[in-house]
Amino acid sequence: MKTCLVVDDSPFIRKVARKILEELSFEVSEAGNGQEALDHCVVTMPDAILLDWNMPVVDGPQFLEAVRALEGGTRPKIVFCTTENHPGHIARALIAGADEYIMKPFDREILAYKFQEVGLIDADALADAGKPLA
Amino acid sequence: MIAAGDYEFLQQFLKQRSGLNLSQEKQYLIESRLAPVARKVGLAGVEQLVARLRTAPSGAVADAVVEAMTTNESSFFRDKTPFETFVSFVVPSLIDRRGSRRIRVWCAAASTGQEPYSLAMTLKENAHLLPGVTVEILATDLAGHVLERARAGLYSAFEVQRGLPIQYLLKYFEQKGDQWQIRPEIRAMVQFRQFNLLQSFAGLGTFDIIFCRNVLIYFDIPTKADVLSRMAKVLAPDGYLVLGAAETVMGISDAFRSASGRPGLYVANRLAEATA
Ligand SMILES: C[S@@+](CC[C@H](N)C(=O)[O-])C[C@H]1O[C@@H](n2cnc3c(N)ncnc32)[C@H](O)[C@@H]1O
Repeated sequence: MKTCLVVDDSPFIRKVARKILEELSFEVSEAGNGQEALDHCVVTMPDAILLDWNMPVVDGPQFLEAVRALEGGTRPKIVFCTTENHPGHIARALIAGADEYIMKPFDREILAYKFQEVGLIDADALADAGKPLA
Repeated sequence: MIAAGDYEFLQQFLKQRSGLNLSQEKQYLIESRLAPVARKVGLAGVEQLVARLRTAPSGAVADAVVEAMTTNESSFFRDKTPFETFVSFVVPSLIDRRGSRRIRVWCAAASTGQEPYSLAMTLKENAHLLPGVTVEILATDLAGHVLERARAGLYSAFEVQRGLPIQYLLKYFEQKGDQWQIRPEIRAMVQFRQFNLLQSFAGLGTFDIIFCRNVLIYFDIPTKADVLSRMAKVLAPDGYLVLGAAETVMGISDAFRSASGRPGLYVANRLAEATA
């Protein structure tokens, strides 16, 4: 089973993301800010990280930079998930080493598409996650 | 609940106008799709709308009914593989065989434009692999309202997050309020035109590649076969047909056969043409 760390200061968002990710067969852990997330990653590096931008203590971009510098820190696929939707923010995230980017609000279909984009799930899982097309 | 006679009339009408094969269990669609049309033209409901169609089976109201019954679901890079095959196999092999570097593509049911724009972005992205190649993309659809959206190239945040890699959003779109608009240089690569697949293809010219995805599913078998055999005639002898992931020509038409080992990709059957 693949593991995903959900990093968001909103318990509600974490709950929604957890539910979707568990349906996509991920084992989910949660962190309320970038520092908690780093503490987690030092112990166990997940396969995927869903990352909010604005958080107390250590924010998304700061976490991204720090985690990529850790041992094994280039391996996880990191997908931003934020209300920041300005192209400048998106570009900054990609340059800093994010693999994909979700603009909130998101739903199960968007999350599945983005995870497929970075190779975390396959086309069949995507088809199951999306409502039947056409 | 719609009267049986009215349902039969609508079935006939739609089949004739758009090829739509409306089965008995699709009755629920009628109310949800046509009640808003009735309201828009100032009629009390679907019953009155059908009465109007009986006396005026052509014109603006009839067109609105036909359009409202189309399903326009689409997404960027839908099913992914066809776009990879397009740029890594289809276009290169056409150019190799011919020496000519001009390619004409037809998206025969383009809906809101994600399919032709995905082709255009693929070509831009891989321009270095295809030096000097010019590709003309004609995108058609029966429904005027989806073509208007396609031409504007404006998509919601939801639409640009289904199938579109984030790098493509950055490179090929501009933020417009809470929407995203595809850039003029990509829009300029696609020509949109309203066109019904039941009409004669004469006047469209010939094509090297036809994308006909997720539209034949709405037609009955004779209509599918008819469209496919006419497509074979406007496709270059060495051209390619691309169907949707859940579609096939098997048991429907012998105008095409599967291009071996490449799902969704078809080539014209010489034999079938000789006997046609
Ligand atoms: C489900 S969409 C497919 C869009 C795109 N090809 C894709 O695969 O994502 C089907 C489209 O076919 C169009 N259509 C239905 N009947 C048609 C006809 N007789 N001639 C041309 N287009 C038609 C509809 O208006 C609709 O936009």
